[in-house]
Order: sequence, then C-alpha cells, then structure tokens
Amino acid sequence: MFDNVWLIPLFPLIGFLINGLFGKKIKNEAVIGGIATLMIFLSFLVSCGILLQMIGLPPEQRVFEKVVFPWIHSGNFKADMAFLLDPLSCVMIMVVTGVGSLIHLYSIGYMHGEEGFYRFFSYLNLFCMSMLLLVLGSNMLVMFIGWEGVGLCSYLLIGYYFHKKSAGDAAKKAFVMNRVGDFGFLLGLFTLYWWFGSNHNIWTINFTEIKAASHLLPYGGVVTVVTLCFFVGATGKSAQIPLFTWLPDAMEGPTPVSALIHAATMVTAGVYMIGRMSFVFVKSPETMMVIAVVGAATAIFAATIGTAQNDIKRVLAYSTVSQLGFMFLAMGVGAFTAGIFHLMTHAFFKACLFLGSGSVIHSMHHALHKIHSNDDAQDMRNMGGLKAAMPITFLTFLVSTIAISGIPGFSGFFSKDEILWMAFANPYHGNLNIVLWGIGAIAACFTAFYMFRLVFMTFFGECRINPKAKSYLHESPLVITIPLMVLGVLAVVGGYLGMPKILGMLPNYFEHWLEPVFELATEYGSKYAQHGAHPSHAVEWGLMGLSVVIALVGIGIAFTMYVKNTELPGKFVATFPTLHRAVYNKWYIDEIYDYLFVNPCKAFGQFLWKGFDVVIVDGVVNGVANVVMGFSGILRYMQSGYIYNYAFSMALGVVVMLGYFIFK
Amino acid sequence: MENLNSYLIVSAVLFSIGTIGVLTRKNVIVMFMCIELMLNAVNLTFVAFSRHLGNLDGQVFVFFIMTVAAAEAAVGLALIIAFFNNKESIDVDDVNLMKW
Repeated sequence: MFDNVWLIPLFPLIGFLINGLFGKKIKNEAVIGGIATLMIFLSFLVSCGILLQMIGLPPEQRVFEKVVFPWIHSGNFKADMAFLLDPLSCVMIMVVTGVGSLIHLYSIGYMHGEEGFYRFFSYLNLFCMSMLLLVLGSNMLVMFIGWEGVGLCSYLLIGYYFHKKSAGDAAKKAFVMNRVGDFGFLLGLFTLYWWFGSNHNIWTINFTEIKAASHLLPYGGVVTVVTLCFFVGATGKSAQIPLFTWLPDAMEGPTPVSALIHAATMVTAGVYMIGRMSFVFVKSPETMMVIAVVGAATAIFAATIGTAQNDIKRVLAYSTVSQLGFMFLAMGVGAFTAGIFHLMTHAFFKACLFLGSGSVIHSMHHALHKIHSNDDAQDMRNMGGLKAAMPITFLTFLVSTIAISGIPGFSGFFSKDEILWMAFANPYHGNLNIVLWGIGAIAACFTAFYMFRLVFMTFFGECRINPKAKSYLHESPLVITIPLMVLGVLAVVGGYLGMPKILGMLPNYFEHWLEPVFELATEYGSKYAQHGAHPSHAVEWGLMGLSVVIALVGIGIAFTMYVKNTELPGKFVATFPTLHRAVYNKWYIDEIYDYLFVNPCKAFGQFLWKGFDVVIVDGVVNGVANVVMGFSGILRYMQSGYIYNYAFSMALGVVVMLGYFIFK
Repeated sequence: MENLNSYLIVSAVLFSIGTIGVLTRKNVIVMFMCIELMLNAVNLTFVAFSRHLGNLDGQVFVFFIMTVAAAEAAVGLALIIAFFNNKESIDVDDVNLMKW
C-alpha cells in the first residue's frame, strides 16, 4: 500500500482538472460536489490503508520513500518528485484528507445556489492537492511547491466573492504576507543547501539525506540563520507575530474555506515544517527560544483581541492564531509531539467550530434574507437563543468549545495541557520556562473566556435577531450537520490517542507513534539541555489541576458577564474605554503596518510611476519623436509648391554634377 | 569639321535659352516648348559630334532622344489637360497643391 502513496495527491488533482475544465458545463451541483468529495475521500481511503499498514510494521520499518519520477538532475542539484512516508506524514495525510473530505461534503450544502459552484470545488481540490504535496514531499522543493500552492489557493478562495472589494483586498493581503514568509523559506533552503554543499560536498535538499548528514551541522551559527529564515516562512504561513494580520481578514472567504484552510490545514504547514526539520531546529538554541517566545506572545496577543470582537468568524480567526501560537510554543520548547498532537486535535475542534459557525451564519442569512433585512448575519449581537432552533449545531459547537477550553475528558485538554506542561518542564529555556508557562496559562484562560462568550452570545439568552426573522431560523440540512457530528465526536475522542502518562489510563499512543521521528532531535537537544532536577509528578498534577481551574475561571467569567449579568460587558467597556477601543481595533496593528510598510510602498510605487515612468521613460520616447518632428519642421520648407524652385534645383543639380566631373 | 565650335556654341546658346525659359516663363505650354528646345539643342550637339568623329553612334542616339521627347510631350500635355480640368488655369504658379 505504501507504493500507492502517489495516488493521494493525484486524486484531488484529477478532481481539480475535471471540475476546472468541465465544471461550467456540468450544471448539476450534486455531480460537481460529488466528484470533488469523492476524490478527496479516495485519498482518505488510501491514507487509511497506509496507516493500517504502517501500524502493522515495527517502528524501524515505518519510513518509506517513493520516487514518482526523477525530475531535476542538473549538475550537483538533484530533486525528484518523491514522497516520504513516515509516522509524521501519515498523521498529516489522515488529518488533511479526513477533515478535507468532511468539509467537501459540508460545502455541497453550504455553497448551494452559488454561481461559481464548480470554481469553488475545483479550487478546494487544488488546495488539497497542494497541501498533500506539502506534507508528503520528501525534499524541500516538493514541499515548497505545496507551500506555494496552498498560498495560491488561499488567495483564490479568500477572493472567491471577487465582486466584493473587501474580499479581493483580503486575498491580496493574505498572498503578499505569505510571500514575505516564502522569501524567508527560500533563503533558509538556499543557505542550508549551500552550506552543506560548500562545506561537506553534500549537495542535497532531500529530508532523509539531510537528516543523515545532520550530525555535521554545528550548534548555532549558520544553523541559527537557516532556522530563523525557515521560521519566518512559518510565521507567514501559520499567522504568527508579525505576519498574522492576514488571517482575520481571510474570513471574507466562504466558511468552509475558513474551516479547511485557516483552521485545519494550511496554517498548520508551518508547524509541520518545523516538525519535519526538527533535527535542524534543535541545533539552534537561540531559534528555539525565539520560536517559543513568538508562539507564546502570539497566543496571548491574539487571545486578547478575540475577547472584544463581535463577528463570530473573527473570534474564531483570532482563536486560530492563538492556538497556532500554542503549537509554536510547543515546537519551541522541544515538545514536537505535543505540537503535532495539538495540531490534530485543533484541526478537529476548530473545523467543527468553523463549520458550526457556518451553519449558524447560513441559517441567519437565510432568515434575514427572507425578511429582506440588511442586518449582518455574522454579527453576534444579532444572534442569541439559537440553541432551540438549531440543536445539532448547538451541541457540536458546545462540545468543540469545551474541547478548546481545555476541560478534562475532551481532546483539547490533553493536547493543551501537554503543551503547558512541556513549556514548564522543558530542559532548554531555564528560567524562561515559568514565564512561558504563565503566558500560556493566561492565554488559555482568555481562550476559555472568549469561546464561551461566543457560545453564550450566540446560543443562549434572548434572541436578538429581528423578530420577523425568528420563525425562519431552522437547523441546517444533513449534508451540513453530518460533518458537524463527525467532527464533534472526534473533538471528544481524538484526545484519547495522546493521554499523558501520569493519568495512567491509556498509553500515550500518539507519543509512541511519533517518537522515532523526533528522537534524533531529542538527542541533539540533550547535548545542551540543562539537566537540572526534573519536576516531580506532584508538580505535574498541580499544574494540570491549575490549568483546569484557569479554564473554569474563564468560563465562569463568561457565564457571569453574558448570561447572568448581561449589563456587565457594557459597564466594563464604559470603565475602560481606551483599553476596549485598543483591543477592539486589534491593537491598531493594521494601522501600524499601513504606516510602516504599506504607505511607503505605495509612495515608492507612485514615485516610480509619476517620477520615473512618466518623466524618464515616456520622456525618452516622446523626446525622440519630438526631435524627429523638429527636423521635419525644418525640412518641410523645401516643399514650396513653387514649380520654379523645383526646376531650378534640377538645373543646379546638373551643374554640380558636371562641375564635379570636369574638375575631378 | 573645322567649324565644330560654331555648332557647339549654337547648341549651348539654344540650351541656355531653353533653361531660362523653363525657369522663368509663366505659361505651362511655353515651359514645355522650352523643354523641347533644350532637347533639340542636345540633338544638335550629338549630330555635330557624330559628323566630327565620323561615328554614326551619335545620330542613332538622336533618334532615341526624339522618340523619348515625343512620348514625354504626349504625357506632359495629358497632365496639363488634367490639371486644366481641375484648376481652369495654365499658370504654373497655380500648381501649388503640394505646398507644405
């Protein structure tokens, strides 16, 4: 079954081609959506087959490289279209194809009636293909193809409603910021390739070969440069500080896009990349600290902004940025398994949350449309009390919210707690550990708060929607609710794959599964790790209990403010108007970026246009024309129209010629 | 021929009269007549030299010149008539449509 790994990206590619080329002629929505969903589901089946086969093999035999075709062989540079199967890529393909299939199914219902239905599904399949190339690529070039491809599809899908200027702007913003990150990725790739080549005559960009030669890499120095460049790529793709502002704007795209791309898959590419190259990252203690700090900072920064937003999708977007911060925090403290574990559980509950919000928006939109109201269907201030009208959506949404808040028994608890524990107990960052843990804990508190704020504002309380629309609110069709239910179940049980050891009920399957992938990184890290006293089990239990208490505190505050005493939010805003305004306006980051980067760039463009293109280039071209005109202005006087002039010049010419021949 | 110079001088004088006529006369037909005069002057020169050198080539060339002169006169007169149909005038100063 390993040999068939090339089928996994092939199926969505076929789906893209069929829907892209013939979709306009196939008017039948069920056929278009069916083809797209079938393709990705076939990839899912192949992935399941590979997983089952891999489970049956002993850990040493779980690595497999499949060369589909030799591609570039130029001098020393060798890059084949090849796929690498190991436990890490297996996890990723399961997540991508599994969640992807569910979202494709959901989209058939959600995008019903849209013109450009076929366009959506062709782009969605193209995205899945690119993402699968990214996670399966066995060398950095194939990964980069996927990397670029997902950025492109993100642009295409965010700008799906291209008639809206805000959607086009958001798409451009996402693409440009991704590009900045891609530049960092390329710099890292080139530096690593050049260093290995010029210092050890090993010319390779293949992950397996780099891993085999990684013992030649020094600690720090060039590795810090390389890894920081790669990390810049990760910040762009995975929306960390400073390149995160595109993600909230990306909510202009349809909700399934937000669920697939900006929750479950594309934004996790940065985390995956660090996991794939863990043995390089670990060799630079400075970069590990940077990653951990940036991750923690992003987690809390985005969490604060999420508390004040009113658009349901914005809250979820900032929540995604914040949870990605947690994943990077994990990667930065060497807890690679925990980071990937959180990636997986986050994919489940965040996709469920986004799809659930899509279901809510769909229903609100339908209801408001029926009464010809222009109210914003996504504004939570127009919602409330929806649990009666939409029970399945409510239940799955609630389950996922409990998961993301880190309540024991649900998946988010296991993954987030693991991250917080490793942030506290890792041997790499010394005294910084407790700061990292503290920031993470506060961010977790905020997470619980704003997520339950969202649930209370949307599903509980009195229904604030225009009263005429109330009767039109209804539960979404099965096509929409079945993926919600599947993801809801996964949001609960997905975490039991990675139960921490001290709870003792189940072995930590996930950690054992990924252990061989990261053991080289752990070995490198142990060379400079501080082997102080390992925190005891009591501390671990204590921190676990503390994180539960923190989550409950967050939920409690949300309950008090939004269910019991609903005038409290208003009073809070009145007491701290400046703080609220700053948080509501995203700490003015977009305005700062406009001032620092966007406006100088625009001014430079203006200068090149007015100053260079118009004055110099047009000037040269017009100048040449003017010179020619000047000459002709002088020469035209020869055309006097006076016959005698012409006759005289003829006679003169004869005389001159005669004179020449006589006096030669 | 001992009086070759006389023939050449006559021919030169005829040629100059023709040239001046082309450059100064107002009537287009008179201009054409002067052009014919120039051509005949050249004919005279050719014949004089042919007699002087004892070579008939000059006289053969005179035939060519006469043929060309006849053809050219026909075409030129046709042009004048076409021009007269447009402008009702054969004053050469009125031929100024190609003025800048």
